[in-house]
Amino acid sequence: MSRLTSTFEALRQAQRKALIPFITAGDPEPGFTVPTMHAMAEAGADIIELGVPFSDPMADGPVIQKASERALVHHMSLRKTLDLVAEFRRTDQTTPVVLMGYLNPVECMGYQAFADRAKDAGVDGVLTVDMPPEEAGEFVPMLHRAGVDPIFLLAPNSSDARIERMAALGRGYLYYVSLKGVTGASHLDLGDVESKIAHIKSLTGLPIGVGFGVKNAEIAAAIGRFADAVVVGSALVEKIAAAQDRPEQARKDIADLLAAMRRALDS
Amino acid sequence: MRDEIQSYNLPDDCGHFGPYGGIFVAETLMEPLEALKAAYHRYMKDPEFLAELDHDLNHYVGRPSPIYHAERLSRELGGAQIYFKREDLNHTGAHKVNNTVGQALLAKRMGKRRVIAETGAGQHGVATATVAARLGMECVVYMGAVDVERQALNVFRMKLLGATVVAVDSGSKTLKDALNEAMRDWVTNVDETFYIIGTAAGPHPYPAMVRDFQAVIGREARGQMLGLAGRLPDALVACVGGGSNAIGLFYPFIEDRDIAMYGVEAAGDGIETGRHSAPLSAGRPGVLHGNRTYLMEDEDGEIIETHSISAGLDYPGVGPEHAWLKDSGRATYVSATDAEALEAFHILTRLEGIIPALESSHAVAYALKLAPTLSSDKIVLVNLSGRGDKDIHTIATREGIVL
Ligand SMILES: Cc1ncc(COP(=O)(O)O)c(C=O)c1O
Repeated sequence: MSRLTSTFEALRQAQRKALIPFITAGDPEPGFTVPTMHAMAEAGADIIELGVPFSDPMADGPVIQKASERALVHHMSLRKTLDLVAEFRRTDQTTPVVLMGYLNPVECMGYQAFADRAKDAGVDGVLTVDMPPEEAGEFVPMLHRAGVDPIFLLAPNSSDARIERMAALGRGYLYYVSLKGVTGASHLDLGDVESKIAHIKSLTGLPIGVGFGVKNAEIAAAIGRFADAVVVGSALVEKIAAAQDRPEQARKDIADLLAAMRRALDS
Repeated sequence: MRDEIQSYNLPDDCGHFGPYGGIFVAETLMEPLEALKAAYHRYMKDPEFLAELDHDLNHYVGRPSPIYHAERLSRELGGAQIYFKREDLNHTGAHKVNNTVGQALLAKRMGKRRVIAETGAGQHGVATATVAARLGMECVVYMGAVDVERQALNVFRMKLLGATVVAVDSGSKTLKDALNEAMRDWVTNVDETFYIIGTAAGPHPYPAMVRDFQAVIGREARGQMLGLAGRLPDALVACVGGGSNAIGLFYPFIEDRDIAMYGVEAAGDGIETGRHSAPLSAGRPGVLHGNRTYLMEDEDGEIIETHSISAGLDYPGVGPEHAWLKDSGRATYVSATDAEALEAFHILTRLEGIIPALESSHAVAYALKLAPTLSSDKIVLVNLSGRGDKDIHTIATREGIVL
């Protein structure tokens, strides 16, 4: 059983919901990332999503775009992101780590080489924003064989046929994008999300995470009432942007927000 | 591979040209792309739609565009006869309008009230703003902040036409970043918005659809060459940014295997300097902006900044059909530097009284090299994709002249 599957299984038995923070690897500089991953785990994160910086983050709003730009100034890359995961794994063998990014750096490394290196580094899941299942025929089986879970994004306008297809190919969990828009948007309609999640759950037994537009503990708690996991990204990355020269402060602000979300989710 | 060229029917149903093309987008865009594909397939067979398109191309764009035998230039070069397909004479000054007229008619049929576009040189932005004005649609154009600066005239034209021009400040602040921003707008406003992509790139069905709208260039050229010279040309030459004017000329000739096809990329300061925009000449296959194609990237797969004196060629990717035509050997891709393009710009202006766009000047530059290597009974047909009015400031600045 993969680390993601067993994490969700344990949460289900404890009747708890997963809290999944996202930060961009190497933002604002490479040394910030691993200590912050540990701090997030300590503050109550169940799974960590690590963004792989890309020069052309088409699906991201300004907050995560700037995070990518800050990381790229330090020449952060897919290879170095894998190194950071390996470093994290030296002292944390339990918290699952999911890489989230765009396809081109993976294509450039080569699908098989990437699957092997991700496995070796201790990566548990991979979410490639711009690779729909139609184009994933070669890559997904390589991830399956390496024991790395491919994670697909579902959108408000995904058809049932597509949901079923992604549920069949996906492992670990499915990620429901709560709104039509980019990361960091804020026009989320909780009623819509709730009914869509109920519908998706009628089509698949995989856990469902919800992300995009989760800004605070109240929204996290509301989503936790009907989804299995809550993903929070831009709200954390904003803390980094606001305290770029004060890493201890940024790390503390991130941990505080996560701890508040944790409390709200658990109450 | 070569045999497949014999009866050419690419892309496949999922938009693949061999290993290139396809659909690589976030999930939210899958449904609108499916709807667009359905509408495009339906209306490209609908006689009423095609009649309206023809009517607009004739009476609004001014088609057919002439073919002109550049006798003086040909004589000076002392080789093949050079003919120009005069897309510079179209309404709004470039080939871009062939495509925006077509896509806007599709948008209207699909009930969309809002169109968005990305633009580099501003020609596609102007062509989009123009058709939006005519159809009474809201229009937003994304343009890299660097390009807003160097193509100020076109920015003003778009505003006069009623479009909102958004300067994009992320990344390299050029065409690729404008495309990213347009994609972000589309994913956010997908229900009411039609994204008019300006070149033969992007996710399926855009590369095929833009090609089909631009193929009027090559279809007309076939008939015109037969009328004027009594035969088809020996070689075709077109500049390649994203590749829409080139594929528009090439496509109706793909099965004429004796006709050579040359796509001319922007070599900027020179391919060897790394400061260029020539992914087919010096890049590698990868995935960007919804399709797999040749890209300019570093060893980690990050897209690198491009350079060209011409904003319309300043793009790190290229349409997937060109990637396939390159690998299959059917077309040959060469390049021209900024300096060569500028020289060609002046030569054409002084010898023929035609002021070409800087983009098109790259095609002219290669024709100047090619023609003298061929005998005088050969014919080279060059796509003059646009006129140079928009570039006068760039050229003056480059040559130290204050207007
Ligand atoms: C006059 C002209 N020619 C060529 C191009 C390059 O585009 P494409 O390669 O799609 O024809 C542009 C783009 O702005 C243009 O304005």
